[in-house]
Amino acid sequence: MFKIIKQLTSVVAMFAVLFAFSTETMAAKKSKTLENTKKRGFVRCGVSQGLPGFSNADESGNWTGIDVDVCRAVAAATLGDATKVKFTPLSAKERFTALTSGEIDILSRNTTWTLSRDADIGLTFVGVNFYDGQGFMVRKGSGISSTGEFKNGTSVCTNLGTTTELNMRDFFDSRGISYEPVVFEKADEVVAAYDAGRCDTYTTDKSGLAAQRTKLSAPDDHVVLPETISKEPLGPVVRQGDSVWEDIVRWSLNTMIEAEEYGVNSSNADMMKTSNNPAIKRLVGAEGELGAAFGLDNDWNLRIIKQVGNYGESYKRNIADTGILPDRGPNELWTKGGILYVPPAR
Amino acid sequence: MNNIIKRYIPQILVILFVVLIFGFLTLNAQTNMDNRGIDFGFGFLSQESSFDVQFSLIEYSGSDSYARAFLVGLLNTLLVSFISIIICTILGVIIGVARLSSNYLIKNSAAWYVEFFRNIPLLLQIFFWYYAALRALPMPEKADAWFGVTYMTVKGYYIPSMVWENLNVFLYCGLAAIIAIIVLRNYANKLRDTQGKQIPVLLYSVGLLIVLPLLSFLFGGVSLEFEIPDLKKLSKISYIYEGGISLPPELIALVLALSLYTSTFVAECVRAGIEGVSKGQKEAAASVGLTPNQVLKLVIMPQALRIIIPPTTNQYLNLTKNSSLAAAIAYPDLVLVFAGTALMQTGKAIEIVSITMLTYLTISLTIAAIMNWYNKKIEIKEK
Repeated sequence: MFKIIKQLTSVVAMFAVLFAFSTETMAAKKSKTLENTKKRGFVRCGVSQGLPGFSNADESGNWTGIDVDVCRAVAAATLGDATKVKFTPLSAKERFTALTSGEIDILSRNTTWTLSRDADIGLTFVGVNFYDGQGFMVRKGSGISSTGEFKNGTSVCTNLGTTTELNMRDFFDSRGISYEPVVFEKADEVVAAYDAGRCDTYTTDKSGLAAQRTKLSAPDDHVVLPETISKEPLGPVVRQGDSVWEDIVRWSLNTMIEAEEYGVNSSNADMMKTSNNPAIKRLVGAEGELGAAFGLDNDWNLRIIKQVGNYGESYKRNIADTGILPDRGPNELWTKGGILYVPPAR
Repeated sequence: MNNIIKRYIPQILVILFVVLIFGFLTLNAQTNMDNRGIDFGFGFLSQESSFDVQFSLIEYSGSDSYARAFLVGLLNTLLVSFISIIICTILGVIIGVARLSSNYLIKNSAAWYVEFFRNIPLLLQIFFWYYAALRALPMPEKADAWFGVTYMTVKGYYIPSMVWENLNVFLYCGLAAIIAIIVLRNYANKLRDTQGKQIPVLLYSVGLLIVLPLLSFLFGGVSLEFEIPDLKKLSKISYIYEGGISLPPELIALVLALSLYTSTFVAECVRAGIEGVSKGQKEAAASVGLTPNQVLKLVIMPQALRIIIPPTTNQYLNLTKNSSLAAAIAYPDLVLVFAGTALMQTGKAIEIVSITMLTYLTISLTIAAIMNWYNKKIEIKEK
């Protein structure tokens, strides 16, 4: 009798463990952000206040750019429609508060991944969609051809609340040069002040310099110096605490990059379903159950490629064809001499 | 007993309500911050700030702490508010009196001035003074010297700085002059009250203020030299002035916008104050044989000030709070340096915003306290 009871209890205990375990995995697969997004019918995405090539709105309010495309990819994956995104333009100062307070669900706003941001303030960086570095722009007529020629008293225009402010200090401090930082909240104000001659140089990420140069009154009178003074890996950010949502955003971006690697693009994606390569078949949802891992159907990645395109298409459309940075530099695939390398989708 | 309950129950309920609301807000913030892995604490204040500030009244560099960066921002806010309050008061009094002038041209230009600057949003005025004026100003190498030694350029207003020797002796002389003036005034008042004699106090005061410090140069070993800004080449086309003091264009634009805007409100307060004194007072004062100057100084102004001070206090408070718009044009005030850069670099939103709010509250309450004290002083004293 005693033995039976003992056996029974162990069976019950085993079931209890199993039950607890299974509910736990069920809970882990549920994403509150995903649920709310589906209920709402659109993805809430924080972008810049206008940075050509990254996130920029035209006259009719259509957003374009490679940062915008990350949000569109998430919308295509989760809601089936890449246009179902609500964009919130944010200043550098507002961006993290908007994300942590739940006003937006993805921050895709040329944001540099750093240790303190990742670990300290309740954010999680999910990947890198643009490898950048900080540079300086000067007037061509100044004859300055390298950052070594800056002298004491140089006035420098830049944006508030960015890693730029810190790099700038490291740069000038380590060289023992005194400088005058003129710090504005909005990028347009920086451009206007630099254009008016308030500053001798304008510093920010090199991609930003290339994009903002187009807004100057005489873009050809200005030149970006060759030196890069910092590493600026830019990428999308999500709130800490929803690991499934984090995975969805991460793998939406990775899908775009891997699609380029395997030559899958928006026009041939459907045909690739019958490819002989299992990696490609997985990428277009024809093999495996990849979507189930984060509670999506199996065509999530096919929709991203069809509606938004692969990373190369996005880069060409937004950055190369607009003349901002025709040369992909480090933002080329690892197979072609760049450093774009994503974990395999399997 | 019944009365006591009637009196205290509503008050207790209100207090309970307020405590509950604050308790709920704190608890809610705490849970949300816990969920998102954000720590709460003020330890960051002693960490190295590692960013530089354009313009500072105290020594500051990126290796100083966030607390010092806060102080830099606070002092810059106080500086811009202080200068603007003085300028807007002087301008406001002149414009307010001008509006009551019997001269058609003066009266109407003053009215136009008030209507124009009062009805354009302050932020636009700040942008105007910054961007429009900035573009109109010359580059440093093309600037003409004003008064021979100062240069107004797109990079700022460069003025000579003073190099003192034995500055303390000079300051003591100034202090002695002020004490002497106070003694003189008391003596003059006593003389007037007891013997009805009047002595020209203002003339003597000015004389004291000039002569005593001047003596320090002759006998106290005080000497003053000026360091005049000197043009320096940074690159083929860019120049800067070295030596002397540089007032950044951001500060100048902000002071201009704030003082021009607020002076319109001060002018209206002054006008209301003077018009609020009944005409009979003036006529009565004239009929006992006071001169027009004495009428204004001894009869009209003391009564007008009682009406002018309280609303003007409000304008000073507004000006101080409006100075936070500085962030739009890169003037490193409290909002830009502390609630801007420092907030971004630390991510301590709740801590920094609360500190900033408390600071503005303290500044405002201090100004209000000073003005209330002054108001009490000039109030009608019922005997």
